Amino acid sequence: MKKKNKAELWIAFAAIALIYVAVAILEQTMDNNHIIFTVLKKGAIYSLVAVSMNLLNGFTGLFSLGQAGFMLIGAYTYSIFTMPTAVKLTESVYKYYEAAVKFDTGIFVGLICAGLAAALFAALIGLPVLRLKSDYLAIASLGFAEIIRAIFQWDVLGPVTNGANVMRNYLDLTDVKIPFTDIPFPPTLYVFLAAGVCIALIVLLINSSYGRAFKAIRDDEVAAEAMGINLFKHKEMSFVISSFFAGVSGALLAMYQYTVQAAQFKAAMTYELLLIVVIGGIGSISGSCIASFLYIAASEWWLRGLDMGKFLGIDAPNLFRSGFRRFVFSIIIMMIVLFFSRGLMGDREISFAGLIRRFNRRQTAGATKGGGIDG
Amino acid sequence: MSDTILSIKDLKVNYGGIEAVKGISFDVPKGHIVTLIGANGAGKSSTLRAIAGLVKPKSGVIEFEGDNIAGKDTTAIVSRGITLVPEGRRIFPDLTVYENLRVGAYMRKDDITPDINWVYELFPRLKERSWQAGGTLSGGEQQMLAVGRALMSRPKLMMMDEPSLGLAPLIVRDIFSIIKEINKRGVTILLIEQNANMALSTADTGYVLETGRITMTGPGKELLVNEAVKAAYLGT
Ligand SMILES: Nc1ncnc2c1ncn2[C@@H]1O[C@H](COP(=O)(O)OP(=O)(O)OP(=O)(O)O)[C@@H](O)[C@H]1O
Ligand SMILES: [Mg+2]
Repeated sequence: MKKKNKAELWIAFAAIALIYVAVAILEQTMDNNHIIFTVLKKGAIYSLVAVSMNLLNGFTGLFSLGQAGFMLIGAYTYSIFTMPTAVKLTESVYKYYEAAVKFDTGIFVGLICAGLAAALFAALIGLPVLRLKSDYLAIASLGFAEIIRAIFQWDVLGPVTNGANVMRNYLDLTDVKIPFTDIPFPPTLYVFLAAGVCIALIVLLINSSYGRAFKAIRDDEVAAEAMGINLFKHKEMSFVISSFFAGVSGALLAMYQYTVQAAQFKAAMTYELLLIVVIGGIGSISGSCIASFLYIAASEWWLRGLDMGKFLGIDAPNLFRSGFRRFVFSIIIMMIVLFFSRGLMGDREISFAGLIRRFNRRQTAGATKGGGIDG
Repeated sequence: MSDTILSIKDLKVNYGGIEAVKGISFDVPKGHIVTLIGANGAGKSSTLRAIAGLVKPKSGVIEFEGDNIAGKDTTAIVSRGITLVPEGRRIFPDLTVYENLRVGAYMRKDDITPDINWVYELFPRLKERSWQAGGTLSGGEQQMLAVGRALMSRPKLMMMDEPSLGLAPLIVRDIFSIIKEINKRGVTILLIEQNANMALSTADTGYVLETGRITMTGPGKELLVNEAVKAAYLGT
C-alpha cells in the first residue's frame, strides 16, 4: 500500500509539472490576448480561493461566507502597499484625498501582507464566534464581508482606501520580473506558480496531523474533543489560514485586473465560489481546481456567444442576447447539482491508478459505473 | 487505599436546571476493573463526561493520581492519561481506520508505532481494514476501533461507556475478554454498562447508580448474586 502510494505521488508530480510546462509553452507560442489566458489566470486565482474555502467547509466542517470580504482586504492591502509612493503623492489615483500611506513595498511583500491582513481580521472575528456553535460563523462572516465592503468605501478612510474610487497604478502582472533581471516574467505562468505554491501549502497542511484533527472535528466534534483536540484552537487555526489564502488570492486578482474597487467584492462572489466548491466536490482539492477552471471557462469563454447573438454557429440575435448566458448557466449548474449530488469528485481526488483501472475494466468487461477517481 | 487512581467526592452535574448527578462519591483502585451500573438516565454517562472534562461539574472533587482535575479541559485531562470510549462509539466515519487511530494519539509526541502494532494485535480485524473508512465498518468493528483509538493515547485510566450496546452476544464476549487483556497490561478500567451481567462478572468492584445517587457497592461477583440487583438489573 505504502509503495503504491509513493508511485502515485510521483505520477501526480509529473502530471502537475507537465501542466506547468504546457502553460509556459502556450504563453510563449500563442497570442497572449487570446481569451484562454484570461481563463487560465482567473481560473488559477479562483482555484486558490476555492481550495482555501474547501479547507474550511470541506475539511474542517466550518461554514464561512466571508471569502469576498477577505479577498477585498487582500486586494486593497496589496494595492495600497505596492503602489509607488511617487504615484500616491500625485493626483493620478488619490484625487480627492491626500494619501496617508507614504511607503511602498515589492510584489512579494505585498502578497504576504495581503494574506496577513486578511488573517488578522479572521482571527478577530473567530475569537468570539468560533466558541459558539458552528452555524454562527456563516452569519458572522457574511455580515463581516458586507460591512467591510462599506467601510472600505467610507469617505473618512479615503486617505487610505481612496474611498469609493478605483485603485490603480500599483504593481501588477506586467511588473513581475524574472529575478535579478529586467526581463518580464510570463504573467500566466506567474499566476500559476503563485497559486500553485499556496495550494501545495494547503495540501501539506491537510495531510499533516493538524489536517487530521480538522477532519476529525468535521466528522464528530464531541469525539474529537474527547481525543483531547482543542476545538476552538483548531477551528481558529483553520479559519485564519483559510482567510490568509483568500487574502493572497484577492491580491493576485488585483494584480491580474490592473485596477480594483471595493464595490466588486459582493456576496455574489462568495456564492460563485461556494458553487465552485460544491460542483467540484466538498472535500476534494483537485475537484475545486477543476471546477474553477470549468466555471471560468464556461462563464467567460464557451457560453459567451449566448449573450452576443451567435452560439455554436447559430445566429439568433433575438434569443441570444444579454442575460441569456446567465439563464443557460444556471440550468447547467442545476443539472450538475442534481446528477452529481456530491459534486464532480465527491470527496475523492484524481488518481492515475484509478484512471488506469477504469481503462482496463473498459477493455475487459465493458464499462461500469464510476472509476477514474480513487479514495 | 494509597493505590486509588481516581477518587470522586460528592460530584454534582447539572444541565441547565436538571440535576443529572446528585453528589456521588466512589473510588477506582489502580489496576482494577470498576463498573458503574444503573438504569437509563441514572447519570452514568454524565459522570464519565464530567471526569473527561466534556461537561464542567457543578461541584465536587475529581481526584486523579492525587490532583483535583474537576473543571480542567479535556486536552489537559487526556494528556494526564484518562481516555473515554464514548457512548455509541463515535468513530470518525470519513477517516480511515488508520487515521482514526492516529487521531487517538493526537496528544502524543513520541513514537506511536508500538501502540499501533498492539492495537492491530488485539484486533486483527482492524489491521485487515486499516485503509477502509471508519463509517463502513460493522457495528462490532466500530466498537473495536473505538477501543483501539482510545488505547492510542496510552491511557492509565480507560473509561468505557456501554461498549456492548447493540452488539451480538458473541462479539460482546470478545470485547469483554479484550477489556480484561487490556487491564492485564496495567490499564485501569472504569466501565459503564446496561449489560449488568457481563459487567459484574468482569469487574473487581461494582457500583449501582440510581437517579443520580450511588445505592450499592461491592465486589462484582457479590453484586451479581445480590437479590435486589438481580431483580432490578439482571431480570432474573
Ligand atoms: N446535554 C444534556 N442536556 C440536558 N439534559 C441532559 C443532557 N445529557 C443528559 N441529560 C439528562 O441527564 C440525565 C442523565 O443522563 P445520562 O446520559 O448521564 O444517563 P445514563 O445513565 O448514561 O443513561 P443511559 O443508560 O440511557 O445512557 C438524564 O435525565 C438526561 O436526560
Ligand atoms: Mg449513557
